[in-house]
Amino acid sequence: MAMTATADHVHADPHHIGRVIEHPGPAPKRIVTAYGFWIFLLSDIVMFSCFFAAYAVLSGQTAGGPRGSEIFEQRNVAIETVCLLLSSFTCGMASIAADVRNRFWFYLGMAVTCVLGLIFLAIEFREFADLVARGYGPSRSAFLTAFFSLVGCHGLHVSAGILWLLTMMAQVFAKGFRADILRRMMCFALFWHALDIIWVAVFSVVYLLGSAP
Amino acid sequence: MSDETHLTAHHDLAPGEEEQHSVGERILGYVVGLGLALLLTATSFFIAGTDLVWQPSIPVALIVLAIAQMGVHLVFFLHITTGPDNTNNVLALAFGLLIVFLVVGGTVWIMSHLNANMPPMDQIMRMQ
Repeated sequence: MAMTATADHVHADPHHIGRVIEHPGPAPKRIVTAYGFWIFLLSDIVMFSCFFAAYAVLSGQTAGGPRGSEIFEQRNVAIETVCLLLSSFTCGMASIAADVRNRFWFYLGMAVTCVLGLIFLAIEFREFADLVARGYGPSRSAFLTAFFSLVGCHGLHVSAGILWLLTMMAQVFAKGFRADILRRMMCFALFWHALDIIWVAVFSVVYLLGSAP
Repeated sequence: MSDETHLTAHHDLAPGEEEQHSVGERILGYVVGLGLALLLTATSFFIAGTDLVWQPSIPVALIVLAIAQMGVHLVFFLHITTGPDNTNNVLALAFGLLIVFLVVGGTVWIMSHLNANMPPMDQIMRMQ
């Protein structure tokens, strides 16, 4: 009887607004670390929003150079997008494997994530090199400056993510699934998924909206 | 007494962390997320190149699909939920979104007004 009354009370006030709770102490380190990293990710997204704003303003300023619809290849962008989506999935599998301390599935998930990330970077690098070779480098027009800085900034984040991924595999190899290694793995997974969210905005705003005639 | 033990056992969740689930349920969550994300992506690419719909509706549809896909990523991959153990994470996200909308929306609004009120370039040259 007393138990059901308590349960009802907790459900009626899930955020504990109406009472003072005796806190057991500071939050566990895992929560503090991941929350701090979440704040960093949000500030990174705010930085990307400045690049998006610049692209939105400058996308029409082609200075006699090519427009977006003349240089974007949707097939390449579709392959890049599928690579990043699948790598986000395999990264999730690797973090589950790390939580249950299964080395084989952890290494397999991280290796597949790494390969998919490298395929993404190779396609993007080839696209950039092709544009520069045709004389459409970042100095050609304000539109191309905004395009290269926005997409290139995301590419740099992916490159940094792959380096971090390799160091995570090395740390698990050398030190095993210690608590601090698992915290770093959780931050890495957050970083990789956040990159995927930014890529959704990039392919929608830059490539699909930008290739409209 | 039982009330207090219930409350002290209650912790916040770190961002990216799930409530206690079995491995099978967690994998299923990622599979559902991947399926929805692929579906929304395929729809975006299809809509962008099709002649089947009214053309002025395409940009709006692309933006709506992108926002929906970001929501799918947040829920299924980053595990941001509306539960009481996620309040801190959601509040931080809400503040981040506020800044993003202020920066992007404010820039586009102000710059389009400046563009509309600016005389064409040859007129400026003649004024000098």
